[in-house]
Amino acid sequence: MNINRLTIHETKEALSKGEFSSEELVASYADRIEKVDPKVDAFLLKCLDDAKEHAKKIDSEGKTESSILSGIPYALKDNICTKDIKTTAASKMLYNFVPPYSADVYERLQNLDSIMLGKVNMDEFAMGSSTENSAFKTTKNPWDLSTVPGGSSGGSAVAVAADMAAYALGSDTGGSIRQPASLCGVVGLKPTYGLVSRYGLIAFASSLDQIGTFTKDVEDAAIVLNAIAGHDAKDSTSLNISKKDYTVNLKRGAKGLKVGILKNFNTEGVQEEVKTAMDESIAAFKDAGAEIVEVDFRYFKQALAAYYIVACAEASSNLARYDGVRYGYRAKEYTDYIDMYYKTRSEGFGSEVKRRIMLGTYALSSGYYDAYYKKGMQVRTVIINEYNKIFEQCDVLMTPTSATTAFKIGEKVDDPLQMYMSDTFTVPINIAGIPAVSIPTKLDQKGLPIGIQIVGPALGEEKILQAAWALEQSFNFRKNQPSL
Amino acid sequence: MEYEIVVGMEIHAELLTNTKIFCSCPTKFGDPENTHTCPICLGMPGVLPVLNRDVVRYAVRAGLALNCKIANFSKMDRKNYFYPDLPKAYQTSQFDRPLCLGGTVDINVNGQTKPIGITRIHIEEDAGKLLHESTDGTLVDVNRCGVPLIEIVSEPDIRGPEEARIFAEKIRNTLEYTGVSDCKMEEGSIRFDVNVSVREKGTEKLGTRTEMKNLNSFRALERAIKYESKRQIIELKKGHPIIQETRKWDDVKGISSAMRSKEDAQDYRYFPEPDLVPITITDEEIKKAKSELPELPEAKKARYMAEYDLPEYDADLITSSKEMAQFFEETVKISNHPKQIANWLMVDIPAHLKEKELSISTIPFVPSDLAELIDLIQNGMISGKIAKFVMEKMFTEDGSPKEIVERNNWAQMQDEGELQTIIEKIVEDNPKSVSDISSGNKKAYGFLTGQVMKATKGKANPQLANKIIREVVAKKIN
Amino acid sequence: MSISNEEVTYVSKLARLRFNEEETKKMAKELGSVLDYVATLNEVDTSNIEPTEHILQVSNVFRDDVVGTPLSNQVALANAPDQENGCFKVPRVLD
Repeated sequence: MNINRLTIHETKEALSKGEFSSEELVASYADRIEKVDPKVDAFLLKCLDDAKEHAKKIDSEGKTESSILSGIPYALKDNICTKDIKTTAASKMLYNFVPPYSADVYERLQNLDSIMLGKVNMDEFAMGSSTENSAFKTTKNPWDLSTVPGGSSGGSAVAVAADMAAYALGSDTGGSIRQPASLCGVVGLKPTYGLVSRYGLIAFASSLDQIGTFTKDVEDAAIVLNAIAGHDAKDSTSLNISKKDYTVNLKRGAKGLKVGILKNFNTEGVQEEVKTAMDESIAAFKDAGAEIVEVDFRYFKQALAAYYIVACAEASSNLARYDGVRYGYRAKEYTDYIDMYYKTRSEGFGSEVKRRIMLGTYALSSGYYDAYYKKGMQVRTVIINEYNKIFEQCDVLMTPTSATTAFKIGEKVDDPLQMYMSDTFTVPINIAGIPAVSIPTKLDQKGLPIGIQIVGPALGEEKILQAAWALEQSFNFRKNQPSL
Repeated sequence: MEYEIVVGMEIHAELLTNTKIFCSCPTKFGDPENTHTCPICLGMPGVLPVLNRDVVRYAVRAGLALNCKIANFSKMDRKNYFYPDLPKAYQTSQFDRPLCLGGTVDINVNGQTKPIGITRIHIEEDAGKLLHESTDGTLVDVNRCGVPLIEIVSEPDIRGPEEARIFAEKIRNTLEYTGVSDCKMEEGSIRFDVNVSVREKGTEKLGTRTEMKNLNSFRALERAIKYESKRQIIELKKGHPIIQETRKWDDVKGISSAMRSKEDAQDYRYFPEPDLVPITITDEEIKKAKSELPELPEAKKARYMAEYDLPEYDADLITSSKEMAQFFEETVKISNHPKQIANWLMVDIPAHLKEKELSISTIPFVPSDLAELIDLIQNGMISGKIAKFVMEKMFTEDGSPKEIVERNNWAQMQDEGELQTIIEKIVEDNPKSVSDISSGNKKAYGFLTGQVMKATKGKANPQLANKIIREVVAKKIN
Repeated sequence: MSISNEEVTYVSKLARLRFNEEETKKMAKELGSVLDYVATLNEVDTSNIEPTEHILQVSNVFRDDVVGTPLSNQVALANAPDQENGCFKVPRVLD
């Protein structure tokens, strides 16, 4: 048995049957990381010794059964704060930052005795779609090492795709979970805004950021969501609603589900094989007894425009605190304190981060607020209304996750706008704050995974997971495996 | 040409909450640097603010006390600028939807009532402190970061330094009365910034204003406005334009000077704080808050005049501080002699407080002690003169006034027989006085009383002594 | 939409970022092209549309005014690039 290939629920079953111990499980993942990570460069910080200790403790205290995630190893995106463990957001600015606090999600996973293997790579401050914007390393797509894994949560996607972790957490501001999940052939879930606490998630754009999951299948996504969702008094935007078990209705199938597809979606720029995967998904839903409904969404371009304004404006403010005074990087030479600010920030941030800070600062600056930020927020209202209309006609909406499969490393770095366009299908979802999951369907001719995105109304996680699970059954993507 | 001085005020007051506005760090003043901090007020990555419920409660109370309209909907915004005392590089404040709008405060100027408009009151967080004690740099103390503030903005309705001081005192009193702030100017828990401009009398258009900071007392505030308006008038008379700038008052030198202008233009890029949700308050909640407001100085003063028959001057003075009023009321409850209590509180007590560098809140005795002292006088146990000595001892010695009197053997001679003997002897020894009285010079009674007091070391009950003197002298004359 | 080098310089000051001449030109061009794209926002009529400042229809999230445990001075300063006497230290600030 290849332990590392197993899903969470499969691993749990084997652990319960005593087929291996937690310690053996972690050792197996540690070996896999040591062997594979040098090829894909997903980990920024490995915590393997601590992980082994933790596993030993779980075994000796007989805690493998204490929760579904106990003893299960995972990886964390490096913008999720871990007390006393370096957290960098893949930025030179935080190259040495050790937080004296933990993110709410990390605390929850610790309390469930899930085992943290390490912190994984990302685009600096989660700004990017390829993980090329990391200040430390470029992560490679395990399906083709010359291509990007997507981003910004590229390390999380690769950790799961390359079987270096049973699951991983990432964050999604405009597609940063779903797009890399799509490009790496894993399941990526972005929950409704407010369902998972943002406390301890290093902010990019506060009104859009949401923590979510990378898993090997849809059932695992439901399992991990169960663990991380829930009200947190430390996050004012955390929803105070009763907890749900997302696994209960998961396997109901697609019978009777109304699946929306876009009647007018702009097929320009969408890869042929992605269109084929869409057609096959429609057919699969029909076979499973779902009803296909054509719906209208008119605002892809505007959603992307609004996204860049709102996200960058918030980012320009959220990232102002990196000034070299209290923590993180400080320039070595400066003439006075103002010069220290300039040098620290100019040297500490990468070019994409600076570009977005500039755009956001411009959009908020005197005389432009109404034309950009306010307009963006108004368009946001229009988009929310548009989705409300869509979900009056269908239970879930299906679109491609990404217009193309993984692109070459370096291919888009010099064209920010082209890079931004790769978020077309994912960005409107964050603008509306609604949930979506990307699942892998098949490989294109180059052997790269194609993801399909299932979108739901606010708090429609149960429905999108149910639909995604049904679709997953018909594709059985997991028969494919990257050769590493 | 005659000029008119126009003043508007921005008042920052720290609220009397236990914890900061967005985190559970204590707000206590004066502890060692950087011991009241947490990831939230340190502006560490990824942490989030949660609004302190009492900040809204206190701010609403302040708004109601200053006759503002409380907004049913208000929200927090970010004000973005870089400074080493501002960890997040934005101050979470309120921009276009403040908690309170459009109030008014009546002030008394030379016996006339004058309304001063309150533009708005909003809630926000305080910044940290920069300490310049290092030889080769500046040190940052984050303790004060996130201490809740209200900012009260007045209309430019104030004319001149005296009105400004009266207005500032009124605001301070009101905030103190409502328990919103402890208003300690010396600790910076209330800070007054004034905007001063001058214009030709009779004209409407406001002149260019300057903003003045570092006003650490009401006296400084009054002096600074006097100085600044004079400076502006001199500039204008020379034909120089007034430059809009921020100036720092130096109370020792008695001058203001322009603060080094910041390198950048002021472009704060306000936008709605995405990490906090809006504040909504229903009309019922506002009504309830209003009903729970404590009695304000104006009402208290009127009541003192009606209920205790105090002269306006006394009532005004006693109600000018919440603690003084409280001391008065507690004393009057025990000893129903309001005028006497007021006298003590207006004359002797302040003098001792000043000498001992104390305040009414740190006074070393309790209202029941003052009540006891007054009762001792009323019962004839001690004279008013002795009472002043007792008061002095009350500031330095333990024990109740009665104990102080006994310890010092200050009780008045109440024994009629003993006093009779002493007086008879004095009358015997002063035949001239007797003859003076008999020839109609009543002043001689005074001399005899003085002799009695001298003989009894002031302990003779004056009324009793007078009565006996008259009896003894009358017998003698007859 | 074109952005001038002066505008880039103004904004960079607000953001406390410094660019050399070449970087400024490049930034002007890149921001210009993104803003061209952003102009598509104007295709949406928003004349009677309220801005969505918060996705959640939630208000009045408060905490009780109860004192918690602050960080020790040592932990608060643990990440500081420079410190003195229990304080964060920066180059001299004149006011």
